[in-house]
Amino acid sequence: MSTELKDDSTANADSREQFSSEIVASNVYKSYGAGPFAKEVVVDCSFTIESNKLTVMIGPSGCGKSTLIQLIAGFETADSGSITLNGKPITGPGKDRLVLFQESALFPWMTTYDNIMYGPRARGEDTKESTDLAEFLLNKVGLEAFRDKYPQQLSGGMQRRAELARAMINKPEIMILDEPFRGLDNMSKELMWEYYANIYEEDRNTNFFVTTDIDEAIFLADRLLIMTNLPTSTRAVIEIDIPRPRTIEGVVNSPRANEIKKEVMTLLHEEAMKSFSGGSKAAADFLDAYSKRVD
Amino acid sequence: MNIKNFRSKLFSRAALRGLIAIAIFLVIWEVGARSEQLFGYRFPFLGLVPPPSDVFVSWGGLIGNPSYWQSWYMSFLRVFGGFTAAMIIGIPLGLFMAVNKTFYGMYFPTFEIMRPIPPLAWVPASIIFWPTQELSIAFVTFLGAFYTIVINVLGGARSINKQYLQAAQSMGASQWDIFRRIVLPATLPSIVVGSAVGMGITWEVVVAAEMISGGGSSGGGEGGGLGFFIWSSYVGGSYEQIVVGMISIGIAGYFSSELLRQLGGLLTPWLKTR
Repeated sequence: MSTELKDDSTANADSREQFSSEIVASNVYKSYGAGPFAKEVVVDCSFTIESNKLTVMIGPSGCGKSTLIQLIAGFETADSGSITLNGKPITGPGKDRLVLFQESALFPWMTTYDNIMYGPRARGEDTKESTDLAEFLLNKVGLEAFRDKYPQQLSGGMQRRAELARAMINKPEIMILDEPFRGLDNMSKELMWEYYANIYEEDRNTNFFVTTDIDEAIFLADRLLIMTNLPTSTRAVIEIDIPRPRTIEGVVNSPRANEIKKEVMTLLHEEAMKSFSGGSKAAADFLDAYSKRVD
Repeated sequence: MNIKNFRSKLFSRAALRGLIAIAIFLVIWEVGARSEQLFGYRFPFLGLVPPPSDVFVSWGGLIGNPSYWQSWYMSFLRVFGGFTAAMIIGIPLGLFMAVNKTFYGMYFPTFEIMRPIPPLAWVPASIIFWPTQELSIAFVTFLGAFYTIVINVLGGARSINKQYLQAAQSMGASQWDIFRRIVLPATLPSIVVGSAVGMGITWEVVVAAEMISGGGSSGGGEGGGLGFFIWSSYVGGSYEQIVVGMISIGIAGYFSSELLRQLGGLLTPWLKTR
């Protein structure tokens, strides 16, 4: 799959630009519901998604990471605190920040090609430039043969690649990915990591990637944000200084990667345990004692 | 569809099963209807029904009769008139209720109170409201399909995956573009289902309305439609013709639904790929 990336004949059609865009979240609060039913999801959460880096956010499942994505994408607004893009507060969705959702959000009634062309057409940019770029991207994600197929006819991995192409045609300053490879089998998942990392390394635009998978996080990340259990805030930030381009084999055999993995696991284990015990002191004590006994 | 394809479909196992089932049904009916002659004992129910052979003879006599076909024509006209009106008013109404919360809040309670009223309960009122019998039948037919279509469109449009809307929004789509290229196609399968169900109800309603109102503008006779055809056969004591009328409605309803299914399939090609 990675060989398809080195297709120089059409490379000039890809006029992807490099942007420098930074997102800063400071003291963000978000809760759902009102009165006695209110549920605090994000509490005093601050972090920076640095410019031209791949920032991966990892935390226990159901910890409010998706809520943060909704806020950054501009689909929802924070109760208090601020989220800024290059210093300007985010007020709504925009094509500068594109989101790849957990489940495929390809439009089932459009073919692969029409899905990719959705953004340009929606903005009235159905030009030669856009169609050339669509062709280039179809080629790049290896779906030329599937251009007239509907999403239902594609495999999970193909759907993810079609969605990457649909996002990239809009030349977003920032790509936001919400557990995009969840549900893929392990082989396709690892292929997608390498594939996605390759695409990222081409222009190194700001990417924000959310996951619950430690291996995925370490393989992809320049910076790793570790989140606390609900209500979410930032627990730790780790710079992943493993050189790029990375390979699955290289990362598996890297002592540095394993060191980081241990560190991340310790932190996540604590958070997961809080989440597992659901706030009960007795359950937490039991889990703690139990995990020590196993060690 | 080419000839070969059509042939293989016609002689397929499923078609054969269907034909055998119809044949068995006809034999049981025939034997049951003639049970008094054959066994000297009249079977319950079936013994009172005219046998299919007599029905087909009676049907053969009607095939060349223009007033029989006039009944078909009139019923079809009423069904498609009421049904088309229900689509033209019901689809936009359902979509508008789905996208506009204020309108939904204002209109939905009234809609939900009116919806359980059976269309046939409207017959007397609609005869009073509308200047002609024809319009009152058309109105009752319209009601038969209207509520089903609106409820289906509304349900379909409200259950659109939120991520489709968010994805479109973040790619810079306008409200109109989202409506036209996301909401509308996402609702199409529900529109097709609602229409198919609505079409079935329309046939039920039109026949009953024709019986009750005495056949519309013509006051009976030629322009009465299939419902009135059955009723007048009953009054005239021609029991074979009652059955002919019943089977005619079955066939008419089947073709109407099949037409909608085919149209629906053309409009939603992506569903076939599942």
